[in-house]
Amino acid sequence: MKKHEISFTLNGEKVSLEVAPNDVLLDVLRGRLGIKSPKVGCDRGDCGTCTVLMNGRTMRSCLALAVEADGAEIVTLEGANTRKWTQRLQKKFHEKNAFQCGFCAPGVILSATELLEKDPRPSAHDIKEAIAGNLCRCTGYEPIVAAIDEAAKGK
Amino acid sequence: MDLQKLKTRTGKAPKAAKAADGLKVVGASVPRVDGWEKIKGAAKYTDDLEFGPGLLYAALVESPFAHARIKSVDISAAERTRGVVKVVTGRNFTHKFGLYMNDRYIFAKDVVRFVGEQVAAVVATDPKTALAAAALVKVEYEELPAVMDPVKALEKDSPLVHPDLKDYSHVPWFFPKPGTNIAHWRKIRKGDLEKGFREADLVMEDTYTVPRYAHCAIEPHAAVGLYDASGRLTMWTSSQSPFTQRHVFAETLKSFGLGHKDVRVISTYIGGGFGGKAGVTMEIIAAALAIAVPGRPVKLLWNRAQEFYNTYQRLGVTAKIKMGATKDGRITALDFKLHWDAGAYVEYGANVVNAAGLSASGPYKIDNLSVDSMCTYTNLPPCGAYRGFGYSEFLFGLESHITRMAQKLGVDPVAFRKKSAISEGDVLPYGAHMNPNGIREAIEKVEKEIKWGVKEKSRDPNKAIGKAVVCFWKSPAMPPNASSSAFLKFNEDGSINILVSGMEIGQGLLTVMAQIAGEVLAMPVSKIRVETPDTDRNPYEWQTVGSHVTWGCGNAVKRAALEAKERILDLVQRVHCLDKSTLYLEDECVKCRTKPGFALPFRDFVINGIEAEDHTFKGGPIMGSGVFMPEFASAISNPETGQGGHPNVHYTTGSAGIILEVDRETGKMKIRKVALAVDCGKAINPDLVRGQIVGGLLQGFATVLYEDMRYNDKGRLLNPNFSDYKIPTAMDMPDEVVPLIVEVPQPDGPFGARGVGEHTMIPCAPLIANAVADALGVRIKSMPVTKEKVALAARAAR
Repeated sequence: MKKHEISFTLNGEKVSLEVAPNDVLLDVLRGRLGIKSPKVGCDRGDCGTCTVLMNGRTMRSCLALAVEADGAEIVTLEGANTRKWTQRLQKKFHEKNAFQCGFCAPGVILSATELLEKDPRPSAHDIKEAIAGNLCRCTGYEPIVAAIDEAAKGK
Repeated sequence: MDLQKLKTRTGKAPKAAKAADGLKVVGASVPRVDGWEKIKGAAKYTDDLEFGPGLLYAALVESPFAHARIKSVDISAAERTRGVVKVVTGRNFTHKFGLYMNDRYIFAKDVVRFVGEQVAAVVATDPKTALAAAALVKVEYEELPAVMDPVKALEKDSPLVHPDLKDYSHVPWFFPKPGTNIAHWRKIRKGDLEKGFREADLVMEDTYTVPRYAHCAIEPHAAVGLYDASGRLTMWTSSQSPFTQRHVFAETLKSFGLGHKDVRVISTYIGGGFGGKAGVTMEIIAAALAIAVPGRPVKLLWNRAQEFYNTYQRLGVTAKIKMGATKDGRITALDFKLHWDAGAYVEYGANVVNAAGLSASGPYKIDNLSVDSMCTYTNLPPCGAYRGFGYSEFLFGLESHITRMAQKLGVDPVAFRKKSAISEGDVLPYGAHMNPNGIREAIEKVEKEIKWGVKEKSRDPNKAIGKAVVCFWKSPAMPPNASSSAFLKFNEDGSINILVSGMEIGQGLLTVMAQIAGEVLAMPVSKIRVETPDTDRNPYEWQTVGSHVTWGCGNAVKRAALEAKERILDLVQRVHCLDKSTLYLEDECVKCRTKPGFALPFRDFVINGIEAEDHTFKGGPIMGSGVFMPEFASAISNPETGQGGHPNVHYTTGSAGIILEVDRETGKMKIRKVALAVDCGKAINPDLVRGQIVGGLLQGFATVLYEDMRYNDKGRLLNPNFSDYKIPTAMDMPDEVVPLIVEVPQPDGPFGARGVGEHTMIPCAPLIANAVADALGVRIKSMPVTKEKVALAARAAR
């Protein structure tokens, strides 16, 4: 299969590499670029644990081909750790034990980051809707929703 | 709904004030020690570990049939594929394995017994090549008649799933019936059943059914194995049970020269377990493949579909109840027959059946009791541990039935439960006595919280509101000699490292172990590091299952800390000539009651000792070790009556209540409020207990409202993904969740603690079924209680 040379910004740094046309972005991030916060959970866009930000919007990196990242700005939780809303969210997630096994946490925090960057005053419904694509089997979501709410309100 | 309604009482600020019981670290909601790592995305799970470019990948060849004889396996085309390193089949590994019953091979040898069973595996240099080559393996099958239903499996002409059952080795407390599909039959016979029914004012019989469920941990199973030139097998696994895995790997692969000392299991963080990563499932395949490709690491990952059909699932059950009770709310007799669909292999699932059989009375005093808990082989995927370990399943029928009985007798269902609830000292189904418990306090807290007895009306005339209160109990289901151990080591700066092999599976074990040691040694959690295990470095733990590690592993850590404390006090007594009985630990120092100015910081002596007057040094590194085994437990009893042993160490009890709004037309249900009170003996970390309650409740409600594994008549799972097997999202949260903690101390628990992890999902099914009945007057007797079923039943009743 003909390889494609792609370049994109990953967590603020420029990367260039050759990929096959059917290489999945998630696999390239994890397998070739050492980015491990997006996880493989279902490989079909159901669980949200592979969530990354592409040009500021959340996307399922298991459903994107690596070639689609060409020219884009990709941010994973490794890179989002410096964003204002991400940091506020992480502080609240820690305070409120808004995670248990932690496997879904990177995806959830990125979805919440996208929400608060767009709308810092979300309703409870907005919060739930924003993370409805991120499955969590441990927490029952309550502490997650409360953490996002408190991060938004600056409590 | 708006945010004001988000009243869940989680996430309270840590309590800094000294508690009434004098405890400083235990009982405080300290933040989790694994917190920042996880929320920064830095926590490493098995698939995140790097093994370099030499890493090999495996793909499986799986059975398309529920039951078939393997006539031939042709691996030649796969072997010829470029990038393929090895192809293995059942011929390469001929030893059976199992946790409690050795009933399966690593790869099916002559017969496949469920759709998806592994027949062969391909190891290749990359995952795509492995998958493509696996498709080239040609397997010729001769299809055999299959059985999918646990009741039909008992019929005389049913196909036998394991004709060689008589030859299988198993633990002495299992009672298989060779020549049938019964892998284990746990019987309980207590009192005089017929006399009990004669004494009853009402005798009622019915049948309740529960389908299979999937754990749906978000992290799929993952395992990497490396068999090196020194004859050592190292396994990195996503596991709740590293030591049990080490044992099973060593036993199953001993013909390759492996002993226990040669097998090392390293377990990183795991992305959810819920019982699904207990024991051994796919990891044994990775271990076998590592042996097959010596010197090279090989990785096996389950995809989401395999996660559904080839790890063990929660058992389905058909439960036949006959109960007698009096008008004053006393259960006079219970005859309970549980027909479990345990699947093709029951090496772990048979113990679920056993545990449920021992405890099927529920948390009630029932003098006349008969239980038949039958573990039945079927040609569906194997079943095993799932949070609740059989109790959710039998409680659906039992708690549904109790409410119906109470109502027919004209007794308030909550008053009925208070009357019949078990008390400390009552005789348990197997003859031992009940531990101290706060079940009545739990019931009272819950009924107050949901305003039991106050009928509520929805503002929407199309909707009705129902309420329910149910009780639950559960014991850890462990072999009688399941033990825990701990090492504790001081460092130069006075900090400590604790080594245990209890797993952090999200419940907060690492934090709780740090709190227990911190309490004994007067140290803050910030000075204590506890990490996930490596069986070479960390001492033995049986498994992280059964909600037993706070209790078992916690006792081991407490003993290790007490031993270190003794060493500290002995040393200070010896060098400073202070009487040991006057010494105590406070603020990371040794202090003396009779010498107020004396304060010797740990960091000054815990490694380098104390300098004596003659300038010699005394002491040395301070360490502690602790071991805990429940020495009073015994699994041996009369097989016909179940009487005589002490199989269960204790029970955790509790109660839950619900306010449910139901749409009369569509059957759609909305949980307005749910309250759950659990007697955890002592909440080492109240916030973590509340986390277990809130999370467990939603997982429980999911099994009632949404989830259901559907098979076709050929035994193929129809919904092995999250699109077709719906687990709850944030949109499905109850409006209000009230976690309530009861603390009646467990005499042999660390600071009085007992387990709480599984219990919180157990009461959910009867809560919903009873609340639906209260709202609409219709009774659903099969799980899940979907809106469709409710709507159809409501329509039929009109």
